[in-house]
Parts: sequence; C-alpha cells; structure tokens
Amino acid sequence: MTGIEDSLVDWSRAQFALTAMYHWIFVPLTLGLSFIVAIMETLYVKTGDEEWKRITKFWMTLFGINFAIGVSTGIILEFEFGTNWSNYSWIVGDIFGAPLAVEGILAFFLESTFIAIMFFGWKKVSKKTHLLSTWLVAFGSNLSALWILVANGWMQFPTGMKFNPDTARSEMVNFFDVLLSPVAINKFLHTISSGYVVASLFVVGISSWYILKKREFLFAKKSIVVAAVFGLISSIFIALTGDGSAYEVAQKQPVKLAAMEGLYNGKTNAGLVAVGVLKDNKYKVPDEENYLFKIEIPNMLSLLGYRDASAFVPGMNDLIYGNEEQKIESTASKIEKGKIAITALAAYKKAKSEKNIEVQDASLKEFREYFKYFGYGYLNKPEDIIPPVSLTFYSFHLMVMLGFFFILLFFVVLFLIFKNKLEKNKLILRVALWSIPLGYLASHLGWVVAEVGRQPWAIQDLLPVGKATSHLSTGTVQTTFWLFAILFTVLLIAEITIMTKQIKAGPMKGGQNV
Amino acid sequence: MFENLSIETLQNYWWIIISLLGSLLVFLMFVQGGQTLIWQIGKTENEKSLLINSIGKKWDLTFTTLVTFGGAFFASFPLFYSTSFGGAYWVWMLILFGFILQAVSFEYRKKAGNFLGAKTYEFFLLLNGILAPVLIGAAVSTFFTGSDFFVNEYNLSRWEHPARGLEAALNIQNLSLGLAVFFLTRIIGAQFFILTIDQKEIAKRAKKQILLNTIPFLITFLTFVVLLLLKDGFAVNPDTGIVSIEAYKYLHNLLQMPLVLILFFVGVILVLTGIYFSILKNSSKGINFSGAGAILTAFSLFMLAGFNNTAFYPSTFDLQSSLTIRNSSSSHYTLAAMSYVSLFVPFVIAYIWWAWRALTKKKMTEQEIEEIKNEGGHLY
Repeated sequence: MTGIEDSLVDWSRAQFALTAMYHWIFVPLTLGLSFIVAIMETLYVKTGDEEWKRITKFWMTLFGINFAIGVSTGIILEFEFGTNWSNYSWIVGDIFGAPLAVEGILAFFLESTFIAIMFFGWKKVSKKTHLLSTWLVAFGSNLSALWILVANGWMQFPTGMKFNPDTARSEMVNFFDVLLSPVAINKFLHTISSGYVVASLFVVGISSWYILKKREFLFAKKSIVVAAVFGLISSIFIALTGDGSAYEVAQKQPVKLAAMEGLYNGKTNAGLVAVGVLKDNKYKVPDEENYLFKIEIPNMLSLLGYRDASAFVPGMNDLIYGNEEQKIESTASKIEKGKIAITALAAYKKAKSEKNIEVQDASLKEFREYFKYFGYGYLNKPEDIIPPVSLTFYSFHLMVMLGFFFILLFFVVLFLIFKNKLEKNKLILRVALWSIPLGYLASHLGWVVAEVGRQPWAIQDLLPVGKATSHLSTGTVQTTFWLFAILFTVLLIAEITIMTKQIKAGPMKGGQNV
Repeated sequence: MFENLSIETLQNYWWIIISLLGSLLVFLMFVQGGQTLIWQIGKTENEKSLLINSIGKKWDLTFTTLVTFGGAFFASFPLFYSTSFGGAYWVWMLILFGFILQAVSFEYRKKAGNFLGAKTYEFFLLLNGILAPVLIGAAVSTFFTGSDFFVNEYNLSRWEHPARGLEAALNIQNLSLGLAVFFLTRIIGAQFFILTIDQKEIAKRAKKQILLNTIPFLITFLTFVVLLLLKDGFAVNPDTGIVSIEAYKYLHNLLQMPLVLILFFVGVILVLTGIYFSILKNSSKGINFSGAGAILTAFSLFMLAGFNNTAFYPSTFDLQSSLTIRNSSSSHYTLAAMSYVSLFVPFVIAYIWWAWRALTKKKMTEQEIEEIKNEGGHLY
C-alpha cells in the first residue's frame, strides 16, 4: 500500500491546482464586492437617496452572477481532500477536518441564508433588516475564508498537534494554537485584503469604462469613490500583511523564502531583489550566483525576514547541504533521521501486535526522538526540498510589483476624482479598466508563491505530497482533470459573457436581469 | 463541559449530529425533486418561471447542507471520509458534477449571453435532480450492504473494486433506496410548489405528481425495508472490536432500540399523512408532515446503521476493515472542541427558520414575477 506512482501525484496535484485556481477566480470578487455592496446599501439607507439603491442593486446583480459560479467551483474543493488526497485526509483529518466543519456550520449557512434575503427580500423585510442581511452576507463570506485559510495556514506551519502512533495520524491538542497561529492570521488577513483589492479594481475599472463611453456619470463617480477608498485602504493593508507573511515564511519555511528570492548561497546583510532575471529556471547543484541581472535593495531581505539588517538569510545550498557556522543541519542528515522515525514506527506497531512491551517502549521512544524529521524520511534525495525556483521567484516579484502599482492607482484615481478631473483623463480611465485582470493575476500569483513554494510538502516537514494521495489509477485522475478543465472553462465563458452583457446593459433599471 | 465526557459519548453525539445533517439533506433534496418536475408541472414559460423561482430560493440551503454534512463527517469520522471519498471515487464525482452544474443553472438560465442556452441549464437541473437523490440514497444504502475496501494497520485505505463505487448500483437494495429517495424528493418537491405558489393549474398538476410518485416510492421503499430487515448485518464485538456477520442484525437493532423503532414508524406515518393531506384534503401544509417524516425516517436509518454495536461502513472485502463509530472517529480532543461549535446549531436553525418564513409567508404569483421583472429585482 505504499507504492504511489509519480504520475498519479503529478495529476492529482494538477487537478487540485486547476480546481483551486478556477475557484479562486471568483472568490476574491465575492469577498470584496460583498463589502462594497454593503457599504453602498448603507449609504442608501442613511441618505434615502434612490441613486444609491440603484447603484447597490447593479453591483449586487454582478455579485450574484459571480457568486453562483464561485459556489459551483467551490464544492469540489471540499470533497477533493477525500477523493484525491485520502491518505492526507486520514493523516491530518483530526486537525484539518475541524475548520472545514466549522466553516460549514458557522459561515456557509450564514452566507446562504442571508443571500436569499439580500436578493429576494427587498419587499419582504424592512429596509434595516435587508441592510443587516447584506452585511451578514459579507461577514459570512469572509468568515468562511477565515476557516479555510486557517486550515491552509496549518499546512504551512503545523502546530497545536501531536502524532499518535497507534492511530498513525496527527491529532489536535490545542484548537487555539491552530486558529491563532501567526501564519494563519497573516494568511487570512493578506488573502482577504487581496480579495478587497480585486473587487475594488473591478468596480473602479467598470465604472471607468462607463465614463470612457460617456455613460452613467453620476453612477460611475459614486461607485468609484466607494471602491477606490476601499481599495486604497485595502492595498496599503495588503502591503503590511505581506510584510508579516514574509517574516513568517522566513521563520517557518526558509526554503520557500530562498526560492522566492532565488537565493542560492546564504548571506548576512542580505538584500531584497527588487527586479531580477534568473540564470537557471531550475535549481542546479551549487552555484555562486543565479542572476543574469538584478537590482537589489541592500539589507532589506535580512530586515524583512528577521527584523535585523545584519541577520543571516540561508540560501538553498545552506538548507540542502547544511551550514555548520550557522548551525543549519543538512537535509541528508534529516532524511536519515526521518527514515529512523519511519522504521521505529513500524517496529512499534509490530511489537504492539505481538505484545512485546520491551520492544514497543524502545521503538516508541526512538520514534518520538526522531519524529521531527518524520516527513523527510519519505524524500528520495536532499535536493527534493527545493520547490520550482523560477515559478516561485517570478510569481513573488510580479505580485509585489502589482501590489505597489495598485496603491498608486487607487491614490491617483481618488486624487483626480476629488479634483473633478477624472473624466477628462482618458489614460487613467483606460489604465483602471485594464487593471481589472491585473488584480486577478496578482491574487493568483500569491497562491502560486504559497503553494508551489511549499513543495514538496503537503504538510510542511511532516507529509510530502507523494505520500498524500488516494490510491487511484493515473488514468482515473486524468479523466476527471479533463472533465473539470472542460466544464469549468465552459462555465467561465458563460460567466464572462453574462457579466459583459449585464455591464453593457448598465444600471438604468437598477441592475435588472437582461 | 464536553471535555469531561467519555470518547464513546462524544462519538455517539457526533453520530447523532451526522445523522441529523444527513436526514436534513434528504428532506432538503426536495429542491432536486422539484427540478425534475419543472416540465411535468410547468406547461408555459411563466409557469416554469414560477416553479424555478420557488425552489430557486432554497437551492443554496440544500447545497450548504451537503457541504456541511461532508465537512462534519470529515471532522468527526475522518476514516470514513478518507475511505469512502477516496475509494468510491466515481460515485462521489458524479454527485459533485451534478451539484456543480446546479449551482450555476438557476442564476444563468435566463440571463442574456448565457452561452449554453436556457434549455441546457434546465437539462443541468434535471441531471442534478436525478443524480443527487439516486446516488446519495444508494450510497447511504451501502451502510447496510457493504463495499469492497481494505484498511491497513496505518489506517490507509484502498478500494478493491475497479468500478470505484459504481458497483453499488448493481445491488437491488442500494438501487431501491436510491429510487425511494428520488421519488420521495419529487413528492416533497411537489408539496413545496403547492405551499409556495398561488396558481390553480400548478397546484392541480403538483397534486397529480404526488399521487404518481407515491406508488413507486412505496414499492421501492418497502423493497428496501423488507430486504434490510431480512438480511445479515455487520455486528461489532464492543470489547474486542471484531466484526462478524449476524443474521437479522438490522431487525435486531430495530427491536433492541425501541426509540429508533418509534422514530421510524412515526416518520413513515408522517410521510404518508403529508401525502394524504396533499392529495385528499387539498391542503398546502402536506410538506410539513412529509418533510418531518422524511427527516425522522432517514434519521432512524442512520441510527440503525451506526448504533447498537454495528459497523456503519462495512467492508465485504475484509470484514475487519469495516468502519465503526469507535474505530473511525477523530480524537477525544477534536470531538470535544467540535462539540462546542455544535452549540451554535440551534442558533443557525433559528435564523434559517426566520429567513424561510420571511420569504415564503406569502405565496408567489405570476403577477409578482412580472412586478419583480419590471422593477429590476432578482429573478431566476
């Protein structure tokens, strides 16, 4: 039961990546637009201005179109942990399952119940109850993000757990360690604020299109003010949480940080690569320098990663081959110790079934001693700890550049709109429109950094992806991969064409269906 | 509070919660039942629109219940989650494909530029309406008939049948329950239309559908029950955990758990009472009885499968690989932590109830649909 083909692992990963990335096209807009719509409806209820109601209803219609496909693409992810990652589901299900269940009980019901009131309750409940329902939808969407991101945060930094050799799984020992882990908190804040930025870019971009087309001036300007303020605050916040995330990565996933920076050999006073081009796309055996070109901000990587400008930042070579001076253990040594842990666990289980107490106790002691390296025992060679370097490196840098660009864009848009000059500035209006896809791109790049950069681990240092899949044939997973690819692509086309028609029709009748 | 309870008590508590969620799901699949009735009850575009907008307000609730059911099963009995989902791959994938299609179909069906055309989305609704109840019903039946899987000493599982769960459809008992759930969802779906729509023709046709679906429902449900009570079951020795075959195990379970016996009979009687009220009394409240009956009946079946020292997910390949609520659960700590979260459930049910009432206290009419359309409100 141990032989899992490499091709099965690759296709299982491909399917998860495909379904997760499709789902993530729609989730950020739901997270952010729900708040933007709630703010707009609040303005309607506070001022009694019917224009705000019309604005609210229009964006709510687009929210509904996006929400449906978000739900549609989301259900598979919940069950895919079981269908395609059944070993994973057992080994960490005691911890990982809980956030998913809490998400269902506390968040999904809140979201789905009040979304019905939000869409259909305009005349069935009071104005204030309707407004409360809209806020509860926003709150529910973001609450659901909290739980799934807590689960993902735990995969990056497993905490609050203990391995039980009798059940052969990790078991939770402290719920609050899992919930309040700094990695989880940073991940949650960073990710939801990326959703707010995507939604703000969406509203600003579409509103700019109306101005470019000389339509709906009042509607567009009011929408831009709400979205650009929300976007500016969110994009500044995202930079702060990004800093927090980088710090956590440096502490808990140093290999990921080295890949993000393309750093082969560690150094003190390490600089942060602001712009760079790598020489080799894949990690190669010890190399002095891996950049064709780079512009570096001196000391910044040490400062960001360790809050100390002179701190040593380990490179990939240090992490693979060890660095005695910096007391970094080599991966070969970790693999060896991991294999001892695996053997000790097998010996423990055998001795227990044979009721050989002496061997059982000795094996358990040895297992506990080396458990920290357990996951390493499944790796074939030390270089396996390195994730795809170029993908992680470029994704990270492009994401950061886009993040700073969005701050500037929101600032400029707000400045121009308050100076009453936005409608004359066609360049900025066009930039705002074409920045919509850039928001989606940045958000996806963030996930690429988080997930590709975590390879080869399903659970950091504990379970490599190669040991986490279900026992399926590669052909079975290939079949469902292509089915999902076709189905989600067709649904995406439908979503985009419906959305486009709705936008072209405009908000004249309060966002009525066209 | 919960941390002081024994692990056995917590396992029982969570089996009850899973059973409750599962039985609520069976009831809420009236949305799926309704989806399969759109063409039989709705003869004009306006009528179809009324029907779709009626169940359209509830699809998300059924969907969420399914997702929560999956999440709660994962959290409380992860060995079931890893064994069944990773094993019966094609069954779960087919169920999920149906729900993926359903989730967009209500929203996109009537929208301009929907790429596939209204009829395709209606076909998606039909597909989900058939696949979900039949396959989920058949999957629940495997709790009694067993599946071919093996669990090793590390609790890692392997499915031993190449059909990956689809083989369950070849068993007459599984098929009977799948079809019984399908017809039941159609009955309750028709009752929901009567409850929420003010249109005589729709009420008349819905009533006819209740009658037409009651006959096959009774045949398939009775077939399942008779086979269940006469069959050998999978008993667990509570001291050793060893699983063995026991003749008439589920009949014994029913007799040894009188509360479950009462729930089962009350459930069946309520389903029939609801049908009686809908057909013979022209009452729009039939769903209250049939809905409650469906929940109680499904709940009692879950009790029969898991309690009284029974393996709830038996392996016919290797008896000792069978899953019980004792050997497949989460740890004491996780079950206790999750139990605190479960205290929110009554609160959740309360606001769902409030929202349900707010949206259905007045019946829908064709005129209302027209008004919403003219005002630019949200319609499916």
